[in-house]
Amino acid sequence: MLKRLAKCVREYKKYVILTLLFIVGEAVIETLIPFVTANLINSIKSGADMSVIVKTGVLLIVMAILSLCFGGIAGFTCAKASSGFSKNLRKDLFEKVQTYSFQNIDKFSTSSLVTRLTTDVANVQMSFMMIIRTAIRSPLMLIFSIIMAFRMGGLLAMSFVVVIPVLAFGLIMIGRYAMPAFRAVFKKYDRLNESIEENVRGMRVVKGFSREDYEKKKFGKSAEEIRGDFTKAERIVALNTPLMQICMYVNMVFILFMGSKLAITTAEIDVGHISAMLNYGMAILMSLMMLSMIYVMITMSTESAKRIMEVLREEPSMTSPADPVTAVADGSIDFDGVSFKYSESAKKFALADIDLHVKSGMTVGIIGGTGSSKSSLVQLIPRLYDATEGCVKVGGVDVRNYRIDVLRDSVAMVLQKNLLFAGTIRENLQWGKPDATDEEIREACRLAQADDFVMSFPEGYDTFIEQGGTNVSGGQKQRLCIARALLKKPKILILDDSTSAVDTKTDAMIREGFWSYIPETTKIIIAQRISSVQDADLILVMDNGRITDMGKHEELLQTSEIYREVFEQQTNGGDGDEEAE
Amino acid sequence: MKKQNKAAPQGAPMGAPHGRPKLKTRVLKRLLGMLIKFYPVLVPMTAVCILFTAIASAIPAVFLQKVTELIENWQSIAAEQKLPMAEAWRMASAEIVPHILFLAGMYAVSLVTITLDTQLTAYITQGFLCKMRREMFERMQNLPIKYFDTHKHGDIMSYYTNDIDTLRQLVAQSIPTMIRASIVVLSVFFIMLYYSIWLTLLLLVGVLFMFLVTKKIGGGSAKYFLRLQKSVASLEGYVQEMMNGQKVVKVFCHEKQSIEDFDKINEGLFQESYRANANANMLGPILMNIGNVMYVIVAMVGGLILVTNTPNVSLSGLAFGVDIIVPFLSMTKQFTGNINQVSQQVNSIVMGMAGAERIFELMDQVPEVDDGYVTLVNAEIDPDGTVRESETHTGKWAWKHPHSADGSVTYTPLRGDVRMTEVDFAYTEGKTVLHDVTLYAEPGQKVAFVGATGAGKTTITNLINRFYDIADGKIRYDGININKIRKSDLRRSLGIVLQETNLFAGTVMDNIRYGNLDATDEECIRAAKLAGADDFISRLPKGYETELSNNGANLSQGQRQLIAIARAAVADPPVMILDEATSSIDTRTEAIVQRGMDALMKGRTVFVIAHRLSTVRNSDVIMVLDHGRIIERGDHQRLIEQKGQYYQLYTGAFELE
Repeated sequence: MLKRLAKCVREYKKYVILTLLFIVGEAVIETLIPFVTANLINSIKSGADMSVIVKTGVLLIVMAILSLCFGGIAGFTCAKASSGFSKNLRKDLFEKVQTYSFQNIDKFSTSSLVTRLTTDVANVQMSFMMIIRTAIRSPLMLIFSIIMAFRMGGLLAMSFVVVIPVLAFGLIMIGRYAMPAFRAVFKKYDRLNESIEENVRGMRVVKGFSREDYEKKKFGKSAEEIRGDFTKAERIVALNTPLMQICMYVNMVFILFMGSKLAITTAEIDVGHISAMLNYGMAILMSLMMLSMIYVMITMSTESAKRIMEVLREEPSMTSPADPVTAVADGSIDFDGVSFKYSESAKKFALADIDLHVKSGMTVGIIGGTGSSKSSLVQLIPRLYDATEGCVKVGGVDVRNYRIDVLRDSVAMVLQKNLLFAGTIRENLQWGKPDATDEEIREACRLAQADDFVMSFPEGYDTFIEQGGTNVSGGQKQRLCIARALLKKPKILILDDSTSAVDTKTDAMIREGFWSYIPETTKIIIAQRISSVQDADLILVMDNGRITDMGKHEELLQTSEIYREVFEQQTNGGDGDEEAE
Repeated sequence: MKKQNKAAPQGAPMGAPHGRPKLKTRVLKRLLGMLIKFYPVLVPMTAVCILFTAIASAIPAVFLQKVTELIENWQSIAAEQKLPMAEAWRMASAEIVPHILFLAGMYAVSLVTITLDTQLTAYITQGFLCKMRREMFERMQNLPIKYFDTHKHGDIMSYYTNDIDTLRQLVAQSIPTMIRASIVVLSVFFIMLYYSIWLTLLLLVGVLFMFLVTKKIGGGSAKYFLRLQKSVASLEGYVQEMMNGQKVVKVFCHEKQSIEDFDKINEGLFQESYRANANANMLGPILMNIGNVMYVIVAMVGGLILVTNTPNVSLSGLAFGVDIIVPFLSMTKQFTGNINQVSQQVNSIVMGMAGAERIFELMDQVPEVDDGYVTLVNAEIDPDGTVRESETHTGKWAWKHPHSADGSVTYTPLRGDVRMTEVDFAYTEGKTVLHDVTLYAEPGQKVAFVGATGAGKTTITNLINRFYDIADGKIRYDGININKIRKSDLRRSLGIVLQETNLFAGTVMDNIRYGNLDATDEECIRAAKLAGADDFISRLPKGYETELSNNGANLSQGQRQLIAIARAAVADPPVMILDEATSSIDTRTEAIVQRGMDALMKGRTVFVIAHRLSTVRNSDVIMVLDHGRIIERGDHQRLIEQKGQYYQLYTGAFELE
């Protein structure tokens, strides 16, 4: 895991190395400073010549300035390295997701991907920064200080032998207990936020049933629960400070006592030594404290790193073949003994035993209830999923032999879950053809019956579409999505329930347009409304993953019970079975 | 209607390129005020503990100085008098040990206070956050629907996530550090004055310098961190959109393009991130080393003073000597170290203030007012028609109407008669969306609204249950002006099924019971049967005890609607508002949902917002709305004969948009 994450450093490697170098420099100087300082004090005390004092003083100032520069530069390079690292990590994540097949995408929810790209990366960046700043520095300081302390202090340094293990043990124990407590709290915290979101979204329901007080009580209860758990976890961590303090105090008292005794009974030690020892003591304990903080940080961000790795490790389940076919001959479609299930572990096949042959230029309608796998069937054509058994051919070639983008450029699909993106109408349509001219765009829109309403907007094709396309109505959105697909000038056009919000008259006009303007394009239309498919060359009736009946409208009225049932239901309800928004 | 970007905290003048975030004392005051209000005893107690700890950490310098002085004295005495080492130690220890013991005592006290202080801080922080959350949530629950209609849900959520987090940092760390450090700085300052005013003044010059550096670098860092938040939000928005539309991206082979766009935003984020962090990272070493330089300068000037025999000026009147310089030096270290600590908090304070300000913004929203005094009570109706209030659940309800004029109380049985007279309404002033709407629904009647998006169908129902208040005209419910009815009672008498189904985390049973908290399991199941939901619920793995998560994501659209219908059925209100679902569900499921709706409507006054004309045919009255006016009204037959707008809609000549 670390190896893969470390790969994201890339061009920022030099900053990492610079950071490490400067930090080592800073640490060395920082350990030397007390040593020189002790000299300075001693020379002042011994009433030394002013020139000696000045000399030592200047040396110290130079050292401080060096340390300042080193520290400052390290801070800068470290910021650059860690920000760069997280930038690359986000880039890798995003690019990885772009290589995903539909099957991969289905595994992750949108919100979980967003969290991984933001919060999780931020956590890992934090750890990364902490690691390069302190992972070298703290052990280095620790070792330096210990060596110096033993060299200078001799017997005085014995207190460290006792204090360090005690502190280390204490810190580890605190980490041990705190970590699971925190993990549990964070989970509950997520749930609390989910319940807030639920309330914000469902406020009309809450108010409609006058459940404000009930929700307050419910929320109060979970908030208090979290408070209890959180306090417990925080209080464990809060023990860090007293633990650290007691070690420091014991150390100081010991050094003062033993120091004064040694200073008086032997000549080996003087006051300067004692103060230096106190300084080293502080440095040692601080380093230990930092190390324990890193430990906590790393364990905390391990969860985030794991979630990130899940995305990076996910293998795209679909790749272009080594020697791909780069042109689609025509719009003919063949399903030869196709069965399909969404995941290998799924027990039930979404599609079973599909044999279907569509000639180029035909119009095919598909009718069937929810869960009858209409969408699954058409998704195999642009190779959004691969068939589990059998093979799907477009233009007489197995779809798995095409270069994927070639295939998908020839097979335009308007998904059931239609989306427009934030940007102008023109920008959205150019998804279909990046270099489309205004005339081409208007042409496609005229065909999709969208030109009139677009032109009625004050800003026409430059009208800005809000994120999620909230400022156009459902029917308008669907028509724009159709126009976007038409711009690809596809050999096969698939509409997956794409006119459900369009009124019957416009729906008919769109279909008429197809017949007269793109007769050579194979058109597949999935619909709930019989009226949308009844003129098709071939209508498939699907139920439970199988094609139960196929034929023309009149034939199916005779032969297919399901078809007849749906038809009667819709005609009884009046022919205006329509929807809006 | 859209609010400005969530990450643009009002505390910081983002527009001004050189504007550094200002601390708003008003916000700080209010925050501290709340802290003390929540914990009137513990907060001062913690402050006292911090005070003790701070003093206890400032004073040892004095003792260190004493002890070193004693050691040196005894060293020279021993040398002069040629005392045996052991003898010298025996005599010296009599003086030194009490000092050390006293020091140890101070340490012991400080250990107690520091333990108390950190434990209390942990306790108070979490308690404070919990109380803030609850207060935010409670105030939010009291806000009118308008607030939720005009604010992005993501923005509201970020109060509870991002902003609360900044408060945590502020309360748990920044404020205690500030208190502790300022106390140390102050006490050290006085001790220094006690020793030498000259050196203190010298130090002050250094402190001024440190202050300027903090203002420049720390302020810069805070500025970039605020911008960083904004960048993160925009990246989040982009990723959200792209991940949502990932399948569209794939279908259009748009991967390269979307990576390019992502790179641009990612680069922006990188720039802000490294600037913010660089400033923050650099501040520490720079301040620390300014401290080191100060240390050396103090030592050198001290030495100079010593050599030149300049007279000392101090509170103590002590003569200048080594025994003053040495402790003064260690105090210099402490002094600058604490100033360093304070400046490290600049970021979290600026961010915390911005967060607090936003939270206060939520808290200061004007809550929904409810001055209704007519209440809904259980009633018994005598055979002669008189209505009496009942203590127990009778299944019958009445409006209890106290009259302030003469103190009398009248009871009106709940029937479900709704009348609107000449109602005008505007969501925003000047933009009237309903004009002169008059309609009535007698108990048991079904009224359907038909019309394009934005014609005002939903608006009318928003007014009946007072999600919004009318600008002009009158709405009466069973003859009572709805403004006089307590809102919670009014809404209790009105059931709603919305087009977007919202379910809550919990079991299916919990979700149905949401309609009537007193309902027994049997009543809930009966409601589910009525709605036609019992069938599929029983087939769920755990039946009615199946846990729903994430707004019922594990159910199909149709199933969720059925639960929503059952939820309304268990409330058993005399008046129902049904907003039909628009999402396309297949014909068979739709038929089941339709049957559920029909069952629910039976015997009630119903307002239907229709999206499918097939469902409105059997309404008693159909209102065709256009731009906030009722342009046609009548039953299906009459409207078809009229050959007006309804006829055109019905024959599919117009889109219902």
